[in-house]
Amino acid sequence: MKIKKNLSKTLLAGPYLVWMIAFTIIPLCMVGVYGLTDRTGVFTMDNLTLLAQRGYMKALLLSLGLSLLSTVICLALSYPLAMILRSRGNGRKGFMVFLFILPMWMNFLLRTLAWRTLLEKNGVINALLDLMGLPSLQIINTPAAIVLGMVYNFLPFMILPVYNCLMKIDNDVINAAKDLGANAFQTFFRVILPLSVPGIISGVTMVFIPALTTFVISDLLGGGKVLLIGNIIEQKFTTANNWHVGSGLSLVLMIFILISMAVLNKYDKNGEGNAF
Amino acid sequence: MKRLKRILADAYLGIIFLLMYAPIATLMVLSFNSSKSRAKWGGFTLDWYQKLLDSPEIMEALMNTLSIAFFSALIATVIGTLACIAINRMRKSTKGLFLALNNIPLLNGDIVTGISMMLVFIAFGITFGYGSILIAHTTFNIPYVVLSVLPRLRQTNRSTYEAAMDLGAAPVQAFVKVVLPELFPGILSGFLMAFTMSLDDFIITHFTKGAGINTLSTLIYSEVRRGIQPTMYALSTIMFIAALVLLALAGRPKRKKEAV
Repeated sequence: MKIKKNLSKTLLAGPYLVWMIAFTIIPLCMVGVYGLTDRTGVFTMDNLTLLAQRGYMKALLLSLGLSLLSTVICLALSYPLAMILRSRGNGRKGFMVFLFILPMWMNFLLRTLAWRTLLEKNGVINALLDLMGLPSLQIINTPAAIVLGMVYNFLPFMILPVYNCLMKIDNDVINAAKDLGANAFQTFFRVILPLSVPGIISGVTMVFIPALTTFVISDLLGGGKVLLIGNIIEQKFTTANNWHVGSGLSLVLMIFILISMAVLNKYDKNGEGNAF
Repeated sequence: MKRLKRILADAYLGIIFLLMYAPIATLMVLSFNSSKSRAKWGGFTLDWYQKLLDSPEIMEALMNTLSIAFFSALIATVIGTLACIAINRMRKSTKGLFLALNNIPLLNGDIVTGISMMLVFIAFGITFGYGSILIAHTTFNIPYVVLSVLPRLRQTNRSTYEAAMDLGAAPVQAFVKVVLPELFPGILSGFLMAFTMSLDDFIITHFTKGAGINTLSTLIYSEVRRGIQPTMYALSTIMFIAALVLLALAGRPKRKKEAV
């Protein structure tokens, strides 16, 4: 009876399991199959070793550099923000999520394009700088604009997990540290920071991966002058029509994704993330 | 000193808020700009709001976007909530594996998710169009539902469910009348999250839509080269305001409860 009851409960996961296999696992295997074969269907590593060529390597390294920089900036911006919000008390979680989810109702492409209007040579920001007698900012169509676009688009994915993780720290723990003679500096580095590591890890992966794989932000803010690995993959699938090379390059990206997943799983013991 | 700290903290919050909302303000202003150029202010107009209704292309894309967001979020909510009940009862190792798989669409770059699904649709012979976009969106939406429902489920008290059964309720009845209301806030936030993610998606739709159908995102992308019609700004302003009102209404009673 008990076994039967448990079995029927487990069956409730059936639809999701089927869905997962059909639309997550098999698709990823397909990328593997395409990535490791050529047009005639023969096994080859060429689609992966292609990466050693200068153009591809340059795009990959640039993507890695820009996405790492964006991740660091996001963390540097989010942590103080989350600390401030934590000090402002409880009961605001819903509101915070609301504040950072709301922009998503204005289309992602339009929001990113709006930065063009703001950053352009005769754009809003330069007009303001001019008004204050400051030198103008010429970053549109450069990697700097892409980093700005990445930080802007992915910041919520850093703020929410870090904030949620900091909110879970019991005030008693912090007070205990203080009672035991720790100064503010020690309390932060020996109590608060270590306890917030899971939030940081989950934020880092949720910013780094989308930044590493984007092609839209570089398209819209780089003015077609900056090629990231995502742009190359997109071109292989849409204009160049070479799915095998595109899949091979995606496999390389999946290596970075797998590393992030492994790190995330190590710190996120119950596997439920800290994001929401 | 304490006051200075507070002022600095407020200033910091203000700067981040400005960063988040500056582009949105820009788009809103542009929706009232009579000049078609993004860079020039040509005077105030409501023309774009009027023209919006006359553009069947935009209206069709809007309908597609909203209906795909609604149905993908709905299907994801049903599948995800059912799965959560099972996940909650699983042994630790099975649970860990299931949740690791659940995390794949969240962690995988959108471009990889998009092309992998495109390849599988071709292999399965699924026609590209509304259906393929719906499947793709449901796939990346389920994880959001699972992550919002599961923590709620863990908080629910099992004995209330058992008490309902002792009092003669059938398992399904006990679930619907006792467990479901308790889960409801998690289910609702999962649904809203899924709806929003679907609404804002471009990359996965780009690879799974095929020719002949557009969502707002893909329509905007196709317009980038020839210049975005300001009607798009008008539409997104309306959607933003609608979301602001709706989410504010949905969020209010919940916050009240949390304060108690």
